[in-house]
Amino acid sequence: MRLSIFLAATFLVGAAATAEEIAPGDVVFEDGAVAQSLSGQPGDPENGKVLMDKGAGNCIACHSVTALSDLDFHGEIGPLLDGAGERWTEAELRGIVANAKMMFPESMMPSFYRITGFIRPGDAYTGKTIDPAAIAPLLSAQEVEDVVAYLVTLKD
Amino acid sequence: MRKSTLFCAAAAAAISSGWAMADPDDDELVINGEIEIVTEAPAPEHVENLDTIYSGWRFRTDETQALEMDDFDNPAMVLVDKAVDAYGMPDGTEAKSCASCHDDVETFTGLAATLPKVGEDGKLHTIEDLINTCRTERMGAEPWKWSGEPMQTMAALIVSQSRGLPVNVSFDGPARSFWEQGKEMYYTRYGQLELSCANCHEDSFGLMIRADHLSQGQTNDFPVYRLKQAKLISKHNRFKGCIRDTRAETFAEGSDEFRALELYVATRGNGLSIEGPGVRQ
Ligand code: HEC
Ligand code: HEC
Ligand code: HEC
Repeated sequence: MRLSIFLAATFLVGAAATAEEIAPGDVVFEDGAVAQSLSGQPGDPENGKVLMDKGAGNCIACHSVTALSDLDFHGEIGPLLDGAGERWTEAELRGIVANAKMMFPESMMPSFYRITGFIRPGDAYTGKTIDPAAIAPLLSAQEVEDVVAYLVTLKD
Repeated sequence: MRKSTLFCAAAAAAISSGWAMADPDDDELVINGEIEIVTEAPAPEHVENLDTIYSGWRFRTDETQALEMDDFDNPAMVLVDKAVDAYGMPDGTEAKSCASCHDDVETFTGLAATLPKVGEDGKLHTIEDLINTCRTERMGAEPWKWSGEPMQTMAALIVSQSRGLPVNVSFDGPARSFWEQGKEMYYTRYGQLELSCANCHEDSFGLMIRADHLSQGQTNDFPVYRLKQAKLISKHNRFKGCIRDTRAETFAEGSDEFRALELYVATRGNGLSIEGPGVRQ
């Protein structure tokens, strides 16, 4: 029993180490910021730009971004993101995107890199239930990095 | 009286983005040039975080608003005409129609302003429950599906008898525990997006969320005709969609949870006029 737990643990550590990816439960926040790249890789700002509009990112549902004004319907729930790359360090932006509630307690902004602690989580937008073990983060580690890389470019 | 951080952040965004549609417009609603509708009222005492309540009509575009100002333009009223026919049509093993027992539909004037309410059986009854009780227990007919056309057109016909009357839903005595349950739900942050009804309809009404201008999520205009879906939408159908959109496991139409939520939401509109059937994009 003890042995198998030990083996499993080594295996997990080993797997994580090769992918160099930090799992959602292992992200270390310091004052709401996350120093290390979640994927161990640099982000791609071009893909980050796409995620601002589409898919699970959909940041402009709540935020306006002047640099994206070719896209229709920006939201007003959160602040204008112009200049975000100046207001915040890369580590702070990573923390905000991964789990904004660490920086802004009770924030309306969803936690994009968290997989536990939800009330009645559903299977995407079907309205049906999901096995808690099957919940994937809204953005993958690399996608968080991509979005952060894009936000860093938003200087006034 | 919204949470100040949210409000400041949002106001800043609205000012600098120039989208600043913000807050309800100042239009006044008079239906058919005669039924005056109260679309703005002081918030009832039990709605702690709002000063003023507004009908959802006030947040819609002028074109959509216009469709509700005259029954000849309101696509829901065409369906209500169908319900007038159904009202007189015998159905079920008893071969009785609604009219056999209730005479004119005008006898239901005022009813919609008090729903949902607790019945003698101690359960909470919505308009759909009352209609189906008559169908199954008094007519020997099949129950109608909650959000199906026959049910929602009949609901619209009965609701429309109360247009212009103030919503006055009670939550004392036997209704209290249902109301508490509904309130609890209203402030629960469901789903992977962790958003409560209050996050959108209390903290953020008047603001744009993507292409939608957020209202206070009032129900005084229900059932509403949605132009996009070209049909009448029940309150529970709307609740179901709002919860589903938070990436949550939603609740079923006609569930006890949605009855309780319906009661709580209805009491947040006490003081507005019954306005249904309304029109929405
Ligand atoms: C449901 C609405 C919502 C969504 C979706 C959302 N945010 Fe936010 N965001 C907010 C709110 C509200 C704040 C303000 C913080 C607070 O007080 O809660 C915020 C704050 C921020 C901030 C700090 C604001 C500043 O510039 O000072 C950044 C950066 C940010 N969000 C980025 C994003 C990105 C990137 C995404 C998409 C991956 C996103 N947000 C999606 C609501 C949202
Ligand atoms: C056999 C007679 C009968 C028929 C047929 C009938 N009802 Fe009823 N209905 C009643 C009785 C009795 C009540 C309970 C007493 C009351 O409140 O009027 C009632 C109550 C109601 C109520 C609740 C009234 C209130 O104030 O709480 C509604 C709404 C209603 N009926 C609608 C309908 C509709 C719509 C139909 C046709 C689909 C219908 N009824 C057919 C006898 C009937
Ligand atoms: C992510 C934001 C969001 C959340 C959370 C949300 N809604 Fe909505 N709701 C909307 C949008 C957008 C609309 C359509 C525009 C409007 O009327 O606000 C809407 C519409 C409504 C309407 C129709 C209002 C009208 O006049 O047509 C009701 C009622 C409603 N919501 C109730 C609820 C309830 C109850 C909850 C909680 C279970 C809830 N909503 C949660 C976004 C939300």
